[in-house]
Amino acid sequence: MEQRNRRVDMTLGLGLAGFVLLPWYRIEEGFYAFRWLARFPFGADEAPGLVQMVAEGRWWLAVVAALLLAAAAVRFFSPAGEARGRLLTALGVAGMGFLVLQGFAITFAGWSWTIGEALFGPLSIGQPAMGAGAVVVGLSFLFLFSVGLAEQGVMRGDFFVIAAIALLVALVAVFVFYPVLSMFVGAVQDIDGSFEPSGFLRNIQDPAIWSLDCVVGGARCGVAWRTLWLAVMTATGSTILGLAFALVATRTRFPFKKGLRLLTVLPIITPPFVIGLALILLFGRAGVVTTFLSDLFGIEPGRWLYGLTGIWIAQMLSFTPISFLVLIGVVEGVSPSMEEASQTLRADRARTFWRVSLPLMKPGLANAFLIGFIESMADFGNPLVLGGSHGVLSTEIFFAVVGAQTDPSRAAVLAIILLFFTLSAFLAQRLWLTGKNFATVTGKGDSGIHPALPRALAVGVNALVIPWTIFTLVVYGMILVGGFVNTWGLDNSLTLAHYARAFSVSLQDGSIAWTGVAWDSFWTTMMIALIAAPLTAAVGLLTAYLIVRQRFVGRNMFEFALMMSFAIPGTVIGISYIMAFNMPPLEMTGTALILVACFVFRNMPVGVRGGVAAMSQIDGSLDEASLTLRASSWRTIRRVVLPLLRPAIVAALVYSFVRAITSISAVVFLVSAKYNMATAYIVGLVENGEYGVAIAYSSMLIVVMLVIIAGFQLAVGERRLRRETRIAAPAGVRPLPAESIKEKIA
Amino acid sequence: MSGLKSGSVVFEHVRKTFGSFTAIHDLSLTIEPGTLVTLLGPSGCGKTTTLRMLAGLEHPTAGRIFIGGKDVTMLPANERDVSMVFQSYALFPHMTVLENVAYGLESSGLKKAEAREKAEEGLSLVGLAGFGSRLPAELSGGQQQRVAVARALVLEPQVLLLDEPLSNLDARLRRRVRTEIRDLQQRLGFTAVYVTHDQEEALAVSDRIVVMHEGRIAQEGPPRALYETPASSFIADFMGEANVVPCEVVGIEGNEAVVRLGSLEHRVPGRAAQPGPAKLAIRPNAIRLAPADGAGLQGLVRHAAYLGDHVEYEVETEVGTLYVVDPDVDRSLAATTPVAIGLHNRGVAIITA
Repeated sequence: MEQRNRRVDMTLGLGLAGFVLLPWYRIEEGFYAFRWLARFPFGADEAPGLVQMVAEGRWWLAVVAALLLAAAAVRFFSPAGEARGRLLTALGVAGMGFLVLQGFAITFAGWSWTIGEALFGPLSIGQPAMGAGAVVVGLSFLFLFSVGLAEQGVMRGDFFVIAAIALLVALVAVFVFYPVLSMFVGAVQDIDGSFEPSGFLRNIQDPAIWSLDCVVGGARCGVAWRTLWLAVMTATGSTILGLAFALVATRTRFPFKKGLRLLTVLPIITPPFVIGLALILLFGRAGVVTTFLSDLFGIEPGRWLYGLTGIWIAQMLSFTPISFLVLIGVVEGVSPSMEEASQTLRADRARTFWRVSLPLMKPGLANAFLIGFIESMADFGNPLVLGGSHGVLSTEIFFAVVGAQTDPSRAAVLAIILLFFTLSAFLAQRLWLTGKNFATVTGKGDSGIHPALPRALAVGVNALVIPWTIFTLVVYGMILVGGFVNTWGLDNSLTLAHYARAFSVSLQDGSIAWTGVAWDSFWTTMMIALIAAPLTAAVGLLTAYLIVRQRFVGRNMFEFALMMSFAIPGTVIGISYIMAFNMPPLEMTGTALILVACFVFRNMPVGVRGGVAAMSQIDGSLDEASLTLRASSWRTIRRVVLPLLRPAIVAALVYSFVRAITSISAVVFLVSAKYNMATAYIVGLVENGEYGVAIAYSSMLIVVMLVIIAGFQLAVGERRLRRETRIAAPAGVRPLPAESIKEKIA
Repeated sequence: MSGLKSGSVVFEHVRKTFGSFTAIHDLSLTIEPGTLVTLLGPSGCGKTTTLRMLAGLEHPTAGRIFIGGKDVTMLPANERDVSMVFQSYALFPHMTVLENVAYGLESSGLKKAEAREKAEEGLSLVGLAGFGSRLPAELSGGQQQRVAVARALVLEPQVLLLDEPLSNLDARLRRRVRTEIRDLQQRLGFTAVYVTHDQEEALAVSDRIVVMHEGRIAQEGPPRALYETPASSFIADFMGEANVVPCEVVGIEGNEAVVRLGSLEHRVPGRAAQPGPAKLAIRPNAIRLAPADGAGLQGLVRHAAYLGDHVEYEVETEVGTLYVVDPDVDRSLAATTPVAIGLHNRGVAIITA
């Protein structure tokens, strides 16, 4: 009983602190600058809720105060138990509901809906976006709600679990669903926020999106169809190539199998537009190959690379390794005993492959296809670099926002179309492929040897794999060498000028001055990635813990919604974050916070995946034993679950760190002059034609990430040797679990 | 470790459903302080659910649970004064044996040094003094089991819960460890609730046995009463094997009933028997096989299997096929041998339900 009262007391204390000790509204120059302390508590902008209510005439905050007081009254006049639980839950819901309602109803200019004015009369003063105080009070209402449920015995009375679920649901609602919803609303709104469907109607019928002219005549098709066509081609191509690679790596005596597997690391460490950049250096108008061919055979340098063909090649290079990684598992998953059975039934190798092995791989192939499809749809970097005037949906969205004439409604419409495509593919993958997996996953008691490939097929896959590998190596070689060449095509002499321009350091007055142009964005990137990585891992693993270990109403929905958020292309996230967080009640554009939030919620599903996989290997009775040994859920997580999950934690940390560095699609919308990210900066360099510096910066990023991943792999490898005897259960120490990359969507 | 406070346990009309599946229907049960009570039943009977509700790992859908007189129905597991030995032992693989045993003490707020000291005491109680710095993986199965017991006992809970604690041990070790557990329980006098599906284990360790079947209590009582006077054919068959055959009660004589089994008449202790058709539970070793003599119940040996210290027979009779265990291994009856069936006085019971 004591502990229950203490919980309520702490929650109420939190609410009180939020209402009295913190500025209620957003501080324009940034909360963490702490300059508001000087004018606290009586500055009009910096005042806490209490002062805002009493002195500034924001009378509606009295409801918040009343709800907190009511909760305090319940705490002191009602004994802990189910009845009090119900009251506290109701107060928590009321508090959260009221905060959301007032946030939307009252903005800078006063009532945002006329019904408010009709009911309460006009307001003398509006309100800016919520600040630290409002957020803390909101949290305290959320905890009040959780305490109430715990006292009613929900989730076996486990406050920590309830609060964690409530918090996660709230976070996902705010950072995933609210933005997407705002985007839908934004599509039918004018710039001033009034309902104006004409922009939406005009755009959704725009022939530039939907035209099918290319089928009937020579003209171009609409951007939607072009994007779809590109995605289908990329998915088909990368699946075939990925399968060829998987077959070579598992079913032939190819001498460099280990090396082939290294390819799978490439997409993780490569910023998405870098391939496109390298292709320009090879095949662009002044590219190495182009000039070589024109010098030798007099072939006129063409612009064929800038368009769907170029994007397609770049995407094939980018996504084949992903498909390869997915399909290795599929090919290895085919039970050898099936193939041996086929051979004992008088089938030769060819018949065995075409009639048994390949059909068994079909669901896996479909999966790889859908992943390739979603990846291609969501890809932003390559089309941006190579698209030219032949854009795809993701780049068109970008240009609708930053282009000459901003048209948010058009951006929203394009984003909705893109979202429709990717979500359809995601749903197909989830619903249609679920339970259609023939592969034997257990790997137990299934001895036997895979038969060799039929001769013709072996020749075929080698003929695909070897040239493609060489091509990939050349492309990556280009990236590494490119930074040292003066101007490709014109002046092929070697130079350090690009690196000097990007990363020069000089000593001024005895201190180091970061004079290179790249340092600014480089350090920002590192800082944001360092902040985002632990948060991503924490949120992801906590979610995994809840999904695996707790049964609660709507758990499947919860998991599904989380995974679905992963199928939202980065461009769509970017545009929706702008639309949602540009004005009250939550205003975050131009801050580091919005970048961190974006990374956390975009990369979290990977942490969830890894955590679910790792946690399923840990006996659930360990947690229960800890609970019966008087440890709270929180202590259980800290002392039992986390230590056993260490490999998964490190993997999630590294993955989210690296992803925060390489991602561009959402970031490009969210960076600001103060917080510029490396990728966005490089894209800017490309747009200015500064290919040398861009490629130098990119190779630097790749090297940094290689060092990080290699260091991490060494650390994990050592740990495994040392602890092998200690932990039998949570094996599967894989630095970057295959699952995570399967789910990776740029 | 002498100051163990043993508490009573009361279930009051407890019901537990998982979705549309009802795991426990209206369970009421009282466990006296200081006794070892076994929850016995086949898998899926609800015995583990009952134990987990007592531990606080599940909360009942309806009803109340009291431990030591205090209503704990809504309390989470870590706030209940019970501790549990898990089937898999659930020793934390990343902690040493001592850290495992001290874990619960530290969670309860003891100082680290104090917790260690008590943990050492607990380890010597189960005969593992000096093993504290090992990791669980470096111990044998039996030792791990004892660590799990020590870890639970050092908390001096009002009730110790044991969830199939022996099922991961081999048969020989199982006998020894169950004796150890029973000794410890009687020496320290704590209340224990013991879940198992093994009737022999239940008979060996319990003060009382609660047999569960499909989410309900099928019968409850001291081991001997359950074995000798099963209330239903389920109990008869579950508490050691039994041939359940139809019979007719033809007369009551004092404390005994006269039953007719085909052409055989037999006297059975049966307080509650009523004249009329009934069922008879006959233990396999309560059947005497004699050379066929034409009178009484006749049978034909169908199968015979020599098992070292006894011979098993399947004998076809007019009341059905009987399963017989005969200790006389010298007289091996071949299949198709005709035999006469006789019954011992012990090991035969009338089933009323």
